Amino acid sequence: MPSLKDLKNRISSVQSTQKITSAMKVVAAAKLRRAQDAAEASRPYAERMAGIIESLARNVGAGTDASPLLSGTGKDDTHLLLVVTADRGLCGAFNASIVRETRRRVVALQQAGKTVKLLIVGRKGRDMLRREFSSLIVEAWTGIGKKGVHFSEADMVTEKILGMYAAGEFDVCSVVYNRFKSAMTQIVTVTQMVPTALPEVAEDAGAGEAKALYEFEPDEEQILRDLLPRNLAVQIFTALQESAAGEMGAQMTAMDNATRNAGEMIRKLTQQYNRSRQAAITKELIEIISGAEAL
Amino acid sequence: MSDKVQFELVSPERLLSSELVDMVVVPGSEGYLGVLPDMSPLIATLQPGTIDIYKGTEIQRRIFVAGGFVEVSNSKCTVLAETAIDVAQLHRANIEQEIKDLNEDVADAKSDDERAKAEAALLLAKARLQAVTGELVV
Repeated sequence: MPSLKDLKNRISSVQSTQKITSAMKVVAAAKLRRAQDAAEASRPYAERMAGIIESLARNVGAGTDASPLLSGTGKDDTHLLLVVTADRGLCGAFNASIVRETRRRVVALQQAGKTVKLLIVGRKGRDMLRREFSSLIVEAWTGIGKKGVHFSEADMVTEKILGMYAAGEFDVCSVVYNRFKSAMTQIVTVTQMVPTALPEVAEDAGAGEAKALYEFEPDEEQILRDLLPRNLAVQIFTALQESAAGEMGAQMTAMDNATRNAGEMIRKLTQQYNRSRQAAITKELIEIISGAEAL
Repeated sequence: MSDKVQFELVSPERLLSSELVDMVVVPGSEGYLGVLPDMSPLIATLQPGTIDIYKGTEIQRRIFVAGGFVEVSNSKCTVLAETAIDVAQLHRANIEQEIKDLNEDVADAKSDDERAKAEAALLLAKARLQAVTGELVV
C-alpha cells in the first residue's frame, strides 16, 4: 500500500503530463488547420495540371513514345519506393503503419525476384527502416516540411528521382504515404508514379461538345516531355502535404487520447488517496476511542 | 459572348490571381502570345519572361514567370507557373549583383553539372533583368 505522500506525488506528476499532452493537442490542432489550408490552396494547380494532361492524352493517343516517363523502361526489375513519414513521433501509429506497409512491399517484391531501392522522407521512417534495410536505402531526407511543405522541397526529391531514372537505376517508382482522410483517419496509400499512367480517355464521352480541340505550341510530345516531370513534382508535393496534414491529425488524436487517459488516471489515484486518508483517520479515531473506553 | 478574358495565375502553393481582363500577353516558348477573348483553344509551354495584363489598352500589371504552361479555352487563360513575381517587386541592383555572382560561379564551376546549374540560374537572372529594364541583356 503506497503511502499518502507517494500517492500525492504520483497525482501531481500525472497532472503535469496531462498539461503537456493537452498543450500538444492544441498546437497540433492549430498546425493541422494550417496544413489543411495549404493543401486546399495547392489544389487548383494540381487540378489544372491534371486537366492539361487529360487534353494532351486525348490528342496524343495511345502508344506514344514521347517520354520515357510515360513508356517506362520496358522492364520492371528494379522498384524504387519513396516512403513518406514524419520527423517526429508522438503521433500514434502514423509512422508505424507506413513502415509496416513498406516492409510488406519490400519483402513481397524481393520474393518475386525484384530489386528494391528506398528513398525516405522523415527521420522516423529512416530510423525504423535502417535496422532492416540499410543496404537498400539510397537517400533519406529529414527536416522536410518543418515550416510547412514548400514546393522546392518536392522539387528536390523529384530531381533525385529523375536523375536516378535517367541513369537507369530503377524501372518502377511508387510512393508510400499517409493520405489525410480526417483528423482521426489516415489511409496508407501506395501510388505508382513512374511510369506515369495517362488518364483513360472514354471514347464516347461526348468529347466533341464540351471539350474543344486544342492547338499545341510546340507540338504535343514536346509539351508532354516538359509537363511530365512537373507532374511528378506535383504528385510528390501533394503526397508531402497530405502526409504533413495526416501527421498533425494523428498527433492531435493521440494527444487527445493521452489527455483523456491521464484524466482517468488522476481520478483513480485521487480516489485511492482519499480512501487511504479516510482509513488513516478512522484508524486513529478507533485507537482514541478504545483508549478512552479502557479507562 | 463576353469581351473579357478570365485570367488565372496558379503556382503549386496557391492560386495567385484570378481576374477579368481585356488582354494577356504571355511569353510562349516560341514567341510572345497575346490572349484575347474567344481565342481558339491552345496549350503552350512558357519561357522565362513577363506576363503583361491589359485592362483597356493600358498594361495594368506585369508579372515575371520563370517558365510554366498556359492553357487557353473558352475565354479563359490559365497560367501554371512555379515562380511568379510582380515585376514591381524586382530590384535592378539586386539582380545585377546576382548576375555578377553567377558569372563567377560559372567560371569557378568544378564539374559540368555545377556549371550547367550555374548557367541555368544565370539565364533566369538575365531574364529577370530584362523584365525590369525592358532591354535585351546578353
